[in-house]
Amino acid sequence: MRNRKATPYLLVLPAWAWLGMFFVVPIGGMLSLSLTTGNVVTGFQQTFEVGNYVDAVGTYWEQILRSLSYGACATLICIVVGYPMAYWIAFRAGPYKSAYLLLLLLPFFVSFVLRTISWRFLLADNGIVLQTLKSIGLAPADLQVLNSAPAVVLGLAYNFLPFMVLPIYAVLERMDHRIVEAAHDLYAGRVRAFTQVILPVSLPGVFAGVLMTFIPTSADYVNASVLGGADNIMIGNVIHTQYLVNNNYPIAASITFVLMGLLLLGIFGYARALGTERVMEVHA
Amino acid sequence: MVTTNSSTEEPAEATRRGEVAPAIGLEGVAKSYRSGSETVRAVDGIDLEIARGEFFSLLGPSGCGKTTTMRMIAGFEEPTEGVVRLSGRDVNGVPANHRDVNMVFQSYALFPHMNVAANVAFGLRRRRVPKKEIKRRVDEILDLVELGPRAEHRPSQLSGGQQQRVALARALVNEPGALLLDEPLGALDLKLRQSMQVELKRIQREVGITFVYVTHDQGEALTMSDRVAVMNGGLVEQLGTPAQIYERPATRFVADFIGTGNLLPGRVENTDGAGPYRVALGSGTTALVASLPEGAGTGTEVHLTVRPEKIRIGVEDPGGELTTIPGTVSETVYMGASTHYQVALPGGAEVIVHRQNSSDATLAATRGDRVWLSWEPHHSYALP
Repeated sequence: MRNRKATPYLLVLPAWAWLGMFFVVPIGGMLSLSLTTGNVVTGFQQTFEVGNYVDAVGTYWEQILRSLSYGACATLICIVVGYPMAYWIAFRAGPYKSAYLLLLLLPFFVSFVLRTISWRFLLADNGIVLQTLKSIGLAPADLQVLNSAPAVVLGLAYNFLPFMVLPIYAVLERMDHRIVEAAHDLYAGRVRAFTQVILPVSLPGVFAGVLMTFIPTSADYVNASVLGGADNIMIGNVIHTQYLVNNNYPIAASITFVLMGLLLLGIFGYARALGTERVMEVHA
Repeated sequence: MVTTNSSTEEPAEATRRGEVAPAIGLEGVAKSYRSGSETVRAVDGIDLEIARGEFFSLLGPSGCGKTTTMRMIAGFEEPTEGVVRLSGRDVNGVPANHRDVNMVFQSYALFPHMNVAANVAFGLRRRRVPKKEIKRRVDEILDLVELGPRAEHRPSQLSGGQQQRVALARALVNEPGALLLDEPLGALDLKLRQSMQVELKRIQREVGITFVYVTHDQGEALTMSDRVAVMNGGLVEQLGTPAQIYERPATRFVADFIGTGNLLPGRVENTDGAGPYRVALGSGTTALVASLPEGAGTGTEVHLTVRPEKIRIGVEDPGGELTTIPGTVSETVYMGASTHYQVALPGGAEVIVHRQNSSDATLAATRGDRVWLSWEPHHSYALP
């Protein structure tokens, strides 16, 4: 009885402890690290060296831009491929909805890296896909897909597709199907009913899907290193190399914050353009 | 729009005389579904003609096929047999968006991402009505349903009753050949439902549009409709005015489903002349009925029906040209304006009697008292 008021706070305490330990403390440490100078041998001194950020952007702007554009392309592919999938499962799969969702998720029972490596095997110059296409004359004999930008984008789109499909599916699934009938009843054909009713009502799902694919794809380094080759390095690979190979922690940390800042800016801009109010309200 | 119709009977009359095609015509319409290996006939062959300007109700319990019938008129379902006609035109195979009818959904089905005005304007926009006219008609219809000040609100900001009126306005603004309403008041509480019944009737009179109203609530159907089709098991059990349906039920189902019906099993004793006819109720009691089922002969098993408020209850045998039966009061329920008696007959059957608590008569019959029940022969009928 005495502690009734404190109970909710006590219950939420582990969550706060978790966030503090694994988010606030590391990010604070990273921020401080990004403003130091020195090297692993002599140690890093806190000098509030803002020049690290200038260096990071000046040296790696190309990789940053490339990452954002790869992420955007992969996200776009995910929308184009994922929306019809979600639509079909939600409206047309009938009693087999769960089976199709399971099929969609089944590849994710295999490790992320392994799945990406299997794409190397599929897309190899003499692999089953290209070899077949070349032998029946559908592709030029010298076509190479591996170690190119399209290979990385395709790999990213493949790996993050479910993160687009699931939120869209969730919105479509709980949508009152009668509003589609109402649209038809009010003289809208199939196209109008989709563009005027189904699509706008499902936008919050697309919004969530874009966040959940664009952020991780832009920051990914596995696909670029497995499928991209030397010319298609993404910013994730740079951070990885600076940390683990060059041990240049200040630069690695400052690139991380630049990427984070850009992503946050992008998200706020996106939410604004779409109208957060609308996005949040529609199915509230 | 809003062609004010001072007398809604007029166009209906014209239809009956065959001068104008009925707003809606159903000819042998049936709908079967495959459910696993079985075929279910949700609608089992219906013939109906709904006149222009009529307030027509499809009344029945859930699963009777009334909603499926309405969805076939709207174009959401195709009949497996028969023809649906709108203003005389065969519309089989015509999709919903090309039919001149509009629907008010039970769940309202308002577009959540649009405000009230945009919801109402949706149909007019699809029909490429000029912008100025859209605005004028939307304003007009929102005034009619008294929602003018809420035009900029989202559906989620409105109460259930207001959402209901938006759904009505969204359909009415298109001036359809017929308006289909699928249990539109089902989600509202009792008080609101009753005031919306009056409101709906008023709107229908003002706009003069044919209303087809689907409901399982007999009170709603009786108070609002010009005609009612009582449905059961995919068939129309009876078609008629509310008074005909109530006073003169054609089947046992209708007698039981509409109001409180007394159904007493009995055996026909004579079939001579134009009636009244005698029906033996067992244990030596006999009742007089105004009509017999078609083809009934002496000895045919029938069910006698009589409404509770048509029965008089007294302590003495009134005699005369009445049906008089002795019984024992087994329950009394005081309802304020009236008292309901449950009376056991000699054969064991129970009869419900409603008695007005008017000032001139008081009957102090209580549980266990011997009473006499009597009614005019023309208030009871023998049903198969």
